[in-house]
This record gives sequence, C-alpha cells and structure tokens, in this order.
Amino acid sequence: MQHAQDPALFRSQLRQWLLDNCPEQMRDGQNTEDTICWGGAGWVFSSPAQQQWLERAAAVGLTVPTWPVEYGGAGLDRAREKIFYEEMARINARLPLQSFGIWMLGPALLHFGSHAQKLHYLPPIARGDIRWCQGYSEPGAGSDLANVQTHAEDCGDHWQVTGQKIWTSYADKADWIFALVRTDRAAPKHRGISFVLIDMNQPGVTTRPIKLISGASPFCETFFDGAKVPKAQIVGEENRGWDVAKYLLTHERQMISGGGQGLQGGRALGAILADTAGPEGRIDPMLRADALRLEVDTLATGMTLERYKDISESGAEVGDASAMLKYMGTELNKRRHELLMTAGGLDALDWDGAMGSAPADWLRTKANSIEGGTSEIMLGIISRRVLGLGGQS
Amino acid sequence: MTQPMIKLVHSEDETMLADAARGFLDGAAPVSHLRGLRDAGRSHDPDLWGEMARMGWAGVLVPETHGGADMGHAAAGILAAQMGQTLAVSPFLSTAVMAATALRQVADGRTDQALRQIAAGQRTYALAIDEGRKFDPGRCDLHAVREGNGYRLSGRKGFVVDGALADRVLVQARTDDGLVVFDLPAGAEGIERRARAAIDSRDSADITFDGVVATGDDLLGRADQVLRPAILAGQAALAAEMTGLVAGAFGMTVGYLNERKQFGVTIGQFQALQHRAAHLWCEQEVTAAAVLNAGRQMDAAPQDAALAVSIAKARATATAILAVSEGVQMHGGIGMTDAFDMGLFMKRARVCAEWLGDYSYHAEIIGNIRGI
Ligand SMILES: Cc1cc2nc3c(=O)[nH]c(=O)nc-3n(C[C@H](O)[C@H](O)[C@H](O)COP(=O)(O)OP(=O)(O)OC[C@H]3O[C@@H](n4cnc5c(N)ncnc54)[C@H](O)[C@@H]3O)c2cc1C
Repeated sequence: MQHAQDPALFRSQLRQWLLDNCPEQMRDGQNTEDTICWGGAGWVFSSPAQQQWLERAAAVGLTVPTWPVEYGGAGLDRAREKIFYEEMARINARLPLQSFGIWMLGPALLHFGSHAQKLHYLPPIARGDIRWCQGYSEPGAGSDLANVQTHAEDCGDHWQVTGQKIWTSYADKADWIFALVRTDRAAPKHRGISFVLIDMNQPGVTTRPIKLISGASPFCETFFDGAKVPKAQIVGEENRGWDVAKYLLTHERQMISGGGQGLQGGRALGAILADTAGPEGRIDPMLRADALRLEVDTLATGMTLERYKDISESGAEVGDASAMLKYMGTELNKRRHELLMTAGGLDALDWDGAMGSAPADWLRTKANSIEGGTSEIMLGIISRRVLGLGGQS
Repeated sequence: MTQPMIKLVHSEDETMLADAARGFLDGAAPVSHLRGLRDAGRSHDPDLWGEMARMGWAGVLVPETHGGADMGHAAAGILAAQMGQTLAVSPFLSTAVMAATALRQVADGRTDQALRQIAAGQRTYALAIDEGRKFDPGRCDLHAVREGNGYRLSGRKGFVVDGALADRVLVQARTDDGLVVFDLPAGAEGIERRARAAIDSRDSADITFDGVVATGDDLLGRADQVLRPAILAGQAALAAEMTGLVAGAFGMTVGYLNERKQFGVTIGQFQALQHRAAHLWCEQEVTAAAVLNAGRQMDAAPQDAALAVSIAKARATATAILAVSEGVQMHGGIGMTDAFDMGLFMKRARVCAEWLGDYSYHAEIIGNIRGI
C-alpha cells in the first residue's frame, strides 16, 4: 500500500485499511505486559489474530510508522503520524508490535548507524523477527551508568566481551542485546565506552531471571564470558559509545514518559470512580479531588508530549528536556495507579481478584521512576543542563 | 472531522511578536514601573497604554475592518505572557481581550464604534461580573427591570478589574428573560465606584448600581452569547499572563541560586534546592504547553475550547502559586522584603489565581466534561 501524502486522503485510506485489516480481537485497547506483542525469534503468538495483525501492519510499514520505507517503516511525517494514532485509538486497536528495538535501538541506529547497519538491523525489528534487550546497567553502574566495567578485549577483527549486566529486561527472551562495554580502561570513564550489538545465541552469554515485587520476572542478570562480537557490530565510533548511549536514553525516556503508549491507558477515571459509589451514589470527595487533579495533570502532560513531538519535528532535538518528560510522565503514572488501587479498595487486594491485573500493574509502575534513569537523576540533569546550576547533582 | 492540525510550537511570526514585546516592555514597563505607580498611588498609566495601542496590542482581537490587528487568541496570549513577566500594568485583559471579544459577538453594527475606539486605545472597559466571594458567573442578583423602552439596573458588583478607571462597564444583569449584558458609561447616573486597595496594586473596584437607566441599545445581548466567549478569552489570556509571571519569578530564583553564597558555595549547588528548582521548571513546561494549546483551540474552534481553557487556567494557577512560594523561600529573608520584587509577583499571582475562576472552579468544569 502506498500511503497518501495528503493528510485528509491518508486518513480515509487508513481508516478503511484498519477496518479491513485489524482483526476484531485486536480492537480491545489492551496494552499490558501480557497482551503486548513483543516479537522475536522465539515469540509465541497469543492468538492467530495477534499474528495476523503483526504481519499485516508490518507489510505496510505501520509497526514503525515514522521510520523510512527502506528500513521497514511507513515514512509518515508528524501530521500523518498523529492521524495514525488517532485512527488507531478510534477503533481501540492494540499496537501491532512493541519492542526495545522500536523504542530504543531503532532511533539510535537511525541517528548513528551506517547505511549498511540500518539495512541490516532495522527491517527485522520492524517485522518483529528479532527481539532486542538493553545491556546498560551493572551491579556497580546504575545511576552512575558511565561506571560500566564489562570489558571488551580487542582480538583484531572482533572483541571478546566479559562481565555482568543486571536488570536486563527480557534478556531471557531476547535474541540480541545492545550493550555498553569498556574498550579503553585507561581513558576517563565516559571516554572508554563503546556501544556494541551482541548476538545472545552463543556460548559466552547466559541469563538468569530475577523475580519482581509484582510476581513477574521480566528482568535478568546477564553474564558475558568471552562472548564474541565482530567489529562491524559497533554503533558509532570506538570509545564514543557514551554519545550513542545518551542519545538512546533520550528516546527511552520519552517512551517511558507515555510518548509510546499514551498516558491514559485503560478505563476513564470517571467510570472507575463511579464503581466506588455506594448505594447513595456518593463518591468519596477526597478520591474525586485526587482524580480531578490527576486528570488536569494528565491532559496537560499529554499536551506537553505533543508539544515536544512538534518541537522535534521542527528540527530541534528534544535532548535534555526528555528528562522532564520522563520525570513528569512517570510520576503521573504512579499517581494514576495509586488512585486506581484506592478506588479498587478491597477488591484490588488479590492477584486474581475483581480488579484483574490491577495490583500487578500498580506494582510495576513503581519501576517507572527508576528504569531509564531515576527521578532524582532526571532532576539532576535538568538542574545542571537546563538551569545551569553547578556542583553536586 | 478533519480539524486543522494544531501545532504546539510558536511560529516564526509569533516568536518575533514575543521578542518585540519583550524588548518594548523591558524598556517601558519593567517591574520597577509597577513599583513606581504603586508608590505614587496610581493603578494605571495612560501613556503606556497609548504606546501599546500604537503597536496594535489594544486591537489584538479587533477585526481589521475596525482598525484592529486581529491577531487571534494565541497572539493575545503571547502579549499577555510578556506583560506578565514584568508585571506590566495595563487594561489589556479587560479591554483588549474580554471587552473586545464580547463586543465582537454583536453582529448588528451597534458595537462598531466601540471596537474602533478600543483598537485606537481611546476607550477602556471593565467587566462587572462577580458578586460573591468566589468567581461564579451564574450567580447574579444585580437585576434590570423593564421601564418603557429601556431598563433600570440595581445591585452591586465586587472585584471589577480596572473598574475604578475604565471609561465604560460591561455589566451582567438578571432580567425576566435570563442573564444579559449591558454596555454602560462608567460615569452614568446612579453608578458609584469605590476603588479597592488591591494587594497587587492594580485597579479593581466595587461598583453599586442604584436605579441606573439603560436604553434598549445598551443591552448587548444574552450572557451566554456575549459574556461566555469573553470569559473564555479572558481565562486563556490570564493563564498566559500567569506563565509569564512564572517565568519572571523563576528567572529571579535561578539567578539567585547561582549568585548567593553560603557555606562557601553558591546555594544552587545544594541538591535539595536543585531538585526543587528542576521540579518547578518541569511544572512550568507542562503549563506552557497547556496554555499554548488553549490559545490554539480558541483560534481554531472557540465554541469547543472550554476544556482546553480550563486546563490552562487550572495548571497556570497551581504553577504560579508554586513558583512564587518557592521564589520567596529560596531567597530567604530578602524574599520577604518589600524592596525586593518577589513579593510583587506573589501578590499578583494570588489575584490571578482567583480572577476568572480558581483551581477548583476549573477542575470542576474539567470533571464535568470528562465525566469525573
Ligand atoms: C523494571 C526495571 C527494568 C529495568 N530494565 C533495564 C534494562 O532493560 N536494561 C538496563 O540496562 N537497565 C534496566 N534497569 C535498570 C535501571 O536503569 C536502574 O535500576 C537505574 O538506572 C537505577 O540504578 P540502580 O538500580 O543501581 O539504583 P542506584 O543508582 O543505586 O540508586 C539508588 C537511589 O539513589 C538515588 N541516587 C543515585 N544517585 C543519585 C544522585 N547523584 N543524586 C540523588 N540521588 C541519587 C537514586 O535516585 C535512587 O533513589 C531496569 C530497572 C527496573 C526497575
């Protein structure tokens, strides 16, 4: 399908295409860890509809609507991207595919990758063939990320990587990992890091899942013991991986802020509050006040995300402001889930109770202000780089 | 369905407008200008307003056919924000934004002359709406009873912004047919104005109407047709003014954090203050997006702008209160002195917070629209 340039024409084309191609089962607006289609070599589709939806969307570039067509995208500009999400929301469609490849590696490759690397790595991400995970954090390098110690030994045409990563989300399900490794131990810590792509399907890589407070165990310890990495698999220059790492983080932060999935996932607050009303129809005034404040902030933060998309479309990098989006979006999401739990009351206290996955979802949101850089680190970035305040951060 | 796409970035023209306004205001109306007026016991500077009118600001929402610049609500917001940044004193909001919007709703030519005079800076207006302690345009005891071809108005209004000095008053009144708006000369017989000693040193007045005679022509129209759009426009522009106020107060605060030394370092090196300042910046950014969105919605489809406007005013209210509270706290003792400007920002923020609806007023509107 050729996507029309003209926004109005595009909208009507797309609307028809969605009606014809988005399976009924995929129109329930679900967007939880269990219902997301993550893709990957070992992916088991939850239903034939999920598979159909992925394949049909990928065939017309709509798993990555803004990526260039030659790399598997639909090449949509900002106006048509907005229309795409509006039309998806109109029929409550699930996103056909979500992944770290789409959110994080893709933008970094588009910016820093060679043409050959883009051609090689991006289309399998767009099709959901290869699943990626992120190897940044280590036991001694969390907020102080530049302190990574995982070492890459130069062996001529390749490196041998040895060390340990931790909190690697979905490492046990991923096919490949993008990782920060130290290629120069003598250099100052930011200057000795390289950003490399590592095939996890080799003897030198093992993973061990870690259980989360939500009961799930989507993240892992990842061990490298002489894992082989051909030199062509470096993104950007050797020892300049920190630039790639930071750039990728700005995209990760925008995504976590809600840019990827929308801030208002799930039922409307009004409907949830209505469930709490007793026989007299009385809604707890404190709860309602909290809900109103949350709604004000959610709508305004949504506008802020839109504004920053408009800003980046006009050519400017969002850069350090992504710290603001991440901080505001994640703190908001935590508030939202605290409120949902309060509204759920006694019904929300069981893993499999009347509120479904509400408790697990609530617990999961607590990580939002930790993963991708903590709230404190975001405030530090803003005070140093936006406000120019010196000293400790 | 296919609405024009709203872009939440300033166009080149808008950036130029903001820069030009900033340049003018830094020269003609820095914060010291407000201080000077206050110390002289004045609440208006006709020369300043005259200059603003010459630059087209008074006619920002007046049609070009009536001598206006007709730049729209987003542009009015840009001007309001620039004025807010240095607390510039002018009847911009009540005259150029609200009265002009109200008068534009009257299509039969009766208000042509009034609009021309607004654009020329020759006529100022005040809107007399409030009667109680809280903004509530639905509450109106001031009544207008029919008498011959005209009406007789009796009742009182409080907190009429620019009410002591304005040339004319748009007053909301109750009639047997519902709420309406009259356009009256402020000096009409039976009108008595008492200037209030407002904390922000601006003009506001309590006005009593004691059997004031109005003609049928003085009646502009129904409140929902004339006043409601004007209030929306005023709320959007006031929210914009408040973002300017926030920028002004925050700029002073960040400056101070980088300058004041204690324990041998600038206080901006203390992480406790850094994080609070950074948080405030985030709040400011979110509010700025909401305010720009409200201006854009007002220009695109004013009849559907209520949600956007209330989000903007609610957010602006919360952010302004935070900015001035943190502003005083982070300045320490000097922040409490009259000689220092932060107090002026704080007092203006309090007035803006109440004017045209406080946080809870707007949250209620949002809740009603969103089913909460
Ligand atoms: C669910 C989840 C998924 C994750 N997925 C991944 C992944 O896929 N890949 C990956 O590489 N990593 C992942 N992470 C790791 C995440 O990026 C780190 O947890 C995060 O960067 C914080 O590091 P840390 O856990 O070592 O905490 P620490 O850095 O030890 O922080 C502890 C506390 O100290 C505070 N602190 C630290 N430094 C400062 C400072 N300078 N000023 C003020 N306060 C400070 C922090 O804000 C925090 O409150 C994930 C984490 C979670 C929770």
